[in-house]
Amino acid sequence: MAKSEIDEATVRRIAHLARVKVTAEEAKSLQRELNGILSWVEELNAIPTDGVEPLTSVGGAKLHMREDVVTDGNKPAAVLKNAPKSEDGFFLVPKVIE
Amino acid sequence: MSKTMSLNELTLSDARDKLRAKEITAIELTEACLSAIEAANDALKAYLVVTGDKALEQAKKSDERLAANAKDARALEGIPLGIKDLFCTDGVRTTAGSHILGNFEPPYESTVTQNLWDAGAVMLGKLNMDEFAMGSSTETSYYGQTVNPWRAKGSDENLVPGGSSGGSSSAVAAGLCLGATASDTGGSIRQPAAFTGTVGIKPTYGRCSRYGMVAFASSLDQAGPITRSIKDAALMLQAMASYDLKDSTSVDRPLPDLEKALTQKFKGLKIGVPKEYRVDGMSKEIEALWEKGIDIYRQAGAEIVDISLPHTKAALPAYYIVAPAEASSNLARYDGVRYGLRANGRDIVDMYEETRSHGFGAEVKRRILIGTYVLSAGYYDAYYLKAQKVRSLIKRDFDDAFETVDVVLTPTTPTPAFGLGSKKDADPVEMYLNDIFTVTVNMAGLPGLSVPGGLSAEGLPLGLQIIGKPFDEATVLRAGQVIEDAVGRMPIPEPWWAGDAAKPADNAKKKAEAADNAPEKKAKKKK
Repeated sequence: MAKSEIDEATVRRIAHLARVKVTAEEAKSLQRELNGILSWVEELNAIPTDGVEPLTSVGGAKLHMREDVVTDGNKPAAVLKNAPKSEDGFFLVPKVIE
Repeated sequence: MSKTMSLNELTLSDARDKLRAKEITAIELTEACLSAIEAANDALKAYLVVTGDKALEQAKKSDERLAANAKDARALEGIPLGIKDLFCTDGVRTTAGSHILGNFEPPYESTVTQNLWDAGAVMLGKLNMDEFAMGSSTETSYYGQTVNPWRAKGSDENLVPGGSSGGSSSAVAAGLCLGATASDTGGSIRQPAAFTGTVGIKPTYGRCSRYGMVAFASSLDQAGPITRSIKDAALMLQAMASYDLKDSTSVDRPLPDLEKALTQKFKGLKIGVPKEYRVDGMSKEIEALWEKGIDIYRQAGAEIVDISLPHTKAALPAYYIVAPAEASSNLARYDGVRYGLRANGRDIVDMYEETRSHGFGAEVKRRILIGTYVLSAGYYDAYYLKAQKVRSLIKRDFDDAFETVDVVLTPTTPTPAFGLGSKKDADPVEMYLNDIFTVTVNMAGLPGLSVPGGLSAEGLPLGLQIIGKPFDEATVLRAGQVIEDAVGRMPIPEPWWAGDAAKPADNAKKKAEAADNAPEKKAKKKK
């Protein structure tokens, strides 16, 4: 496992990737907490996992297939019911294209 | 039980029998719960929303059905339940304890709650929880802190009800509903049940549909009930579970009659005791509790088998990679566009960042960042893939153990309930250690139950955990019944929380006790 201390710039980069704004103060405490958690999970390095398959599904159940047809929909009012801003059946967002 | 016992203090199964025998009505039962909530909720803060009108309407329909022909009564006809605020309820605010879901009113119903209403249950309201189920104390909720109805002997310190299903455990323990839905990603049903003297079962992954449950970590999340008895847990789980095409991980496998399973033969069952759960610094009290559980089984004719689950210690760190990784992906949907909170921003990215910064609490942000980091380019193999491989090893440990034993017995938690706010300045990892005995079960997708095993020296409930083979909830519950038969059900604690809205008789009693040094009386009653 990568032995790494993350610095404040990395915290800011991750926060931006996750689309969460953090203040300078938050970045500092997050840096400390994240490093604490990351150094703790490094315990896993001690466990040999060569040749072990990663577990991606506990049930092992096959995903069920169904007919490729529309089973739901035509509920624009329900879809937009909780939208912070909407107009004419659309979600409204800040201008994206200049 | 107090001689002035009111209807809300009945077990779910007793209430069911009395409703069918027409000794009580669903309206009376529902009203008893609603007045108990009114008297308690200021102090316990278990309910975020009380849906009294809806409850009485449902109860009335149940009474009509029961009056017409008690034989037509459905499995949970007229039974008032509380619903964890993580289950979407049509037209009733659902927040998952987060500011970012603000006034979200789902236009649809979760499969689990729909199953309960189809079984005739009555909805009392929505119960508090840690924000997005991330926590072990219900203190990360944006909507205030729920209080445990239990207090240490001679103390008036408020204790946490566990988490994340702390609203559910507090409400059930205090008699503010006959049972509650809960969910468990790393221990969120079992740990709060242990802290409040209640029963909680997390079924096998895939038993209950996740459709309409606010997602935390999708490969670990499972719904289950918190109740005041094993039989009640069996009845509720029976109604909650189903195969559901709306959840691709839901499993098409028949669930046996769980109530019937409770009376089946127990003798000769093999109980595994894993040595790796004897963690460093385990308190004498927890050790003694575990020994007591082993003794109960020995006397019931079970065979005790020492087993080894070698990767136990790795489960918690692996969990704290897998769960945040999945959470960071699941919580990407909260963007301020389609539902929930929206903050203003200069442009769309700024709007996203402001919305998520204001809408998420500290613990949620921490986990989103950890998840984003371990999934980011260059780190994926080192963290996420490694953790998924360790997860395979944890599952293999259990597969091997279940070659020789029927169930595994461990303590549920390393400690009893702790004080509200007492871990405020603690390292996040210290709070995570609450899940040390429970996360393995989620990592392997197994069914796990917490049943009260006794009281600590301070008079606080402690839980024993029973882990079963995949889809063998029947044996898990059967084994839980043996513990409950030996230990007895935990009573509802003396209602220190009952305010002015309480019945005059209760108030008079309360005053008399306050004057009479209540703690001793309380202790006697808990016996």
